[in-house]
Amino acid sequence: MGGYIPNSAAAQQAMLESLGLTSVQQLFDCIPSEMLVDHLNIPEGMSELEVGEMLTAMADKNKRFSTVFRGAGAYNHYIPSIVKAVTSKKEFLTAYTPYQAEISQGVLQSIFEYQTMICQLTGMDVSNASVYDGATAAAEAVVMCQERKRSCAVVSGALNPHFIEVIQTYCGSRGIPVEILPVQNGLTDPAALSAALKADDACVLFQNPNYYGLLENCDALTEAAHAVGAKAVAVVNPMTLGILKTPGAYGADIAVGEGQPLGIPMAFGGPYLGFMAATQAMMRKLPGRIVGQTTDAKGNRAFVLTLQAREQHIRREKASSSVCSNQALCALTAAVYLASMGPDGLADCAKQCLSNAHYAASEIAKIPGFGLRHNAPFFHEFVTECPICPQLLNEKLAEKGILGGLPVEGGILWCATEMNNKNQIDRLVEILKEVAAQ
Amino acid sequence: MKLLFERSTVGHKSELLPCCSTPAYELPADLLRAEAPALPQLAEIEVERHYTELAKQTFGVNDGFYPLGSCTMKYNPSINEDMAALPGFTKLHPLQPESTVQGALEAMYTATELLQEITGMDAMTLQPSAGAHGEYTGLLLIRAYHQSRGDTARTKIIVPDSAHGTNPASAVMAGFSVVNIPSDEKGCVDLDGLRKAVGPDTAGLMLTNPNTVGIFDPNILEITKIVHEAGGLCYYDGANLNAVMGMARPGDMGFDCIHLNLHKTFSTPHGGGGPGSGPVGCKAHLAQFLPTPVVVKTEEGYHLHAPEASLGRMRSLYGNFLVVIRALTYVLSLGKEGIPAASQGAVLNANYLMKKLADLGYDMAYPGFCMHEFVMDIGKLKKETGASAMEIAKRLLDYGMHPPTMYFPLIVHEALMVEPTETESKETLDAAAEVYGKILAEAKEDGQRLHDAPFNTPIGRPDEVGAARQPILRWTPAE
Amino acid sequence: MNTPANLKYSKSHEWVKMTGENTAEIGLTDFAQDSMGDIVFVELPEVGDAVTAGESFGNLESVKAVSDVFSPVTGVVTEINEELLDNPALINESCYDAWMIRVGEITETENLLTGDEYDASCQEEA
Repeated sequence: MGGYIPNSAAAQQAMLESLGLTSVQQLFDCIPSEMLVDHLNIPEGMSELEVGEMLTAMADKNKRFSTVFRGAGAYNHYIPSIVKAVTSKKEFLTAYTPYQAEISQGVLQSIFEYQTMICQLTGMDVSNASVYDGATAAAEAVVMCQERKRSCAVVSGALNPHFIEVIQTYCGSRGIPVEILPVQNGLTDPAALSAALKADDACVLFQNPNYYGLLENCDALTEAAHAVGAKAVAVVNPMTLGILKTPGAYGADIAVGEGQPLGIPMAFGGPYLGFMAATQAMMRKLPGRIVGQTTDAKGNRAFVLTLQAREQHIRREKASSSVCSNQALCALTAAVYLASMGPDGLADCAKQCLSNAHYAASEIAKIPGFGLRHNAPFFHEFVTECPICPQLLNEKLAEKGILGGLPVEGGILWCATEMNNKNQIDRLVEILKEVAAQ
Repeated sequence: MKLLFERSTVGHKSELLPCCSTPAYELPADLLRAEAPALPQLAEIEVERHYTELAKQTFGVNDGFYPLGSCTMKYNPSINEDMAALPGFTKLHPLQPESTVQGALEAMYTATELLQEITGMDAMTLQPSAGAHGEYTGLLLIRAYHQSRGDTARTKIIVPDSAHGTNPASAVMAGFSVVNIPSDEKGCVDLDGLRKAVGPDTAGLMLTNPNTVGIFDPNILEITKIVHEAGGLCYYDGANLNAVMGMARPGDMGFDCIHLNLHKTFSTPHGGGGPGSGPVGCKAHLAQFLPTPVVVKTEEGYHLHAPEASLGRMRSLYGNFLVVIRALTYVLSLGKEGIPAASQGAVLNANYLMKKLADLGYDMAYPGFCMHEFVMDIGKLKKETGASAMEIAKRLLDYGMHPPTMYFPLIVHEALMVEPTETESKETLDAAAEVYGKILAEAKEDGQRLHDAPFNTPIGRPDEVGAARQPILRWTPAE
Repeated sequence: MNTPANLKYSKSHEWVKMTGENTAEIGLTDFAQDSMGDIVFVELPEVGDAVTAGESFGNLESVKAVSDVFSPVTGVVTEINEELLDNPALINESCYDAWMIRVGEITETENLLTGDEYDASCQEEA
């Protein structure tokens, strides 16, 4: 209603008078009159009370599952209370990109700390300040690998299908060829990769754990890429890096992924957090904002946006990406989450995901018709067969307040996190047994 | 300020999770990391104090006047945050069955309906995550349109020299080459220059209106006609929509597609640089190419739908949903009277402040009335006193005020671009003008002194050259 | 402004030192380094790359700008000044010692300016 305008009608009149005008409409005389809107066909403004009721009613129409066994790119993790407390601070919330370093040290330092923690998790040398989400991070990584004489991206078919589609969008418009490597038993086969690679391929991109939850042979895949001089890009889940071998350790050139598991709510898909880390050698190819440490005139430590000459506002049509904003508040969320969990807390959480998923897998697989589809090490997601229509099964689970696994390729992709304790899993298994017996 | 890592003490932690209730599972050692990540070890109070200190050294709209040109730093209403925090939204898994997320889809659908009406568009995607992402999406729509007609020779996008850097960069991402056209002496599109630039290779034109110097292009209908007659399409960069929303619609100006910045025009917070949201609207002839999925409404309810000739996916899932919820809250709050009132307030505030600053003696790059923002030209002052746009900006920091955008648009060399927005009061503008007056007097008295500004901020001017020559992009423990 | 008389210059602000019949060293002029300000990064071609008279062979970054550097000759890069990659400030400190590339097999040379002609051309630009 008010448009959050503080000026009274009298104040507005006084302002108009100072301009020698009588009506605010005169300031719009520059717009051709035939173009002026005379009737905007949207509802009348509402009071805060009414809007609150309307949005709450919409929120209430959604079904919130008390138990979630679904992942496939968005994960139900515990979010420590302090995360929301910190990210709700209005200084962080209402600031713009920190162009004026002198009054933005807080947000700049928080990004520097985020970059450091992403490096610690991934074992890489450098990180940017984040991009839109994991899928766009993967697509930007492919673009980073473009060289004058190397273009084609070889992408594992066991990568999250949304990521593949986004890579195809980003590459299609630039004429970058994308080859999808067939999946064998849920995995990317290093021998098949070596056979498919050409001497002028730009990069190999694989996900670990992959879309089916399986752990890839990252050493062999990286080696195969490097054997032809291509870059190796690892798409990783940051939660799993609490315990899993890092992309830095197996020699990846770029590590990217979806940062949502780090304290960011599932929130129907966004906002999320695309993180990007790379070797020192690829530092200047990173897109987007990067924060660096320097000193001020008095020699105090200070932080600034740096390496800006890579970016669109300077390079314009010669920039490698047009990305402008990062996901600063989501990066802050991830940083607060990691600072609260600490190394032990993160490892514990990762181990609980791992143990819960393996308990769930072994119990579910005991039920006739629900055998495990793949025979390879997995982390916290796994695919089982499904003796009945997977949608029907999920409807039965939904009646009990359980969001079942995602139907994929005739089977079901299950996920267990630290939120799915033994009681939840046992209850799920009981219901599955009933369904299987019917 | 200490870094998180410098506050770390071995053994400090928070108790957050219960013990694992299932049997411990061990992966083979060759799949595991050799040592734990060197994350900081902190108790909850230490984390809280750390970030409280960082917050105190961060300046947001809630801290003071923030007239950052082209960024529309309006107030971010509190109710928006409450709505975006409703568990019925935050706890939804994005891959839940459609029947269980009807409220979320309704919110998305309602938001697109309202935004389409405000912009004069027929269809919309909420998937793009920011303005630049929206530009890229819109250009891919244009590309898909020409390709669907077999019109493959259209490889060029025309961009005025006053445009944001994202425009040409997005055009190149979308596989186009860029033709820059100069602006005329009023900062508007030079019609003859445009006529010469268009041809059978023209895919489209990218334009913001009002333009980046805050002037509504009076020839807009002629401009879009020239491009259309040459066979190209017109793209509207919504960066400056706050000047005209509810007053004039890009769809009525002849634009075929647009992007919006929900984090500018529609009051969602910038979060220190994101997340934003950049919905893309289009006319009916482009709707079939929109990214997958869009929300449609049928008798049975709301559905996610893949448009028949979709250009593909721009990111995973559906976009920055919680940002859309905030924008929806805002549009519903303002409604049919509030939307134009906001633009009127923004334009009035800009003109009021412009007049005050001009009266003080600041040169305006384009004198006369402006729309929602105006550009000051510090060139003459710099010649006379040595105080540049940068120096004026830095001195403003000492007065607890965020400076205007500096050195943009590029067509004004010593530019300060001021956008006060409608949510500032006359009193705030008067106080700001007083400060600008003081700084002008200081510059005239001793321009050299301003080279050392700011004087009262937590740090002085940082060494950006050193930062770029010897990049330190992460903390490493002392040897 | 420092413009040594023993060198040749292009209008796009590169200096050329002919080191043999068809070999040359190429660098950035004092006028150009001064107007760019502190150079923070140099991007150079690879040895073996072909360069073409009038076309860009690399670029220079300052904190807030990026500029192409153009080759005044057509030939093949025989050596790049790797020291600049680590220490781009050398161009600001001593631009006529801080050669950027050495070119061989030169087949074509732009119409180059003498020092005096180049100074005059810079004055016009300023």
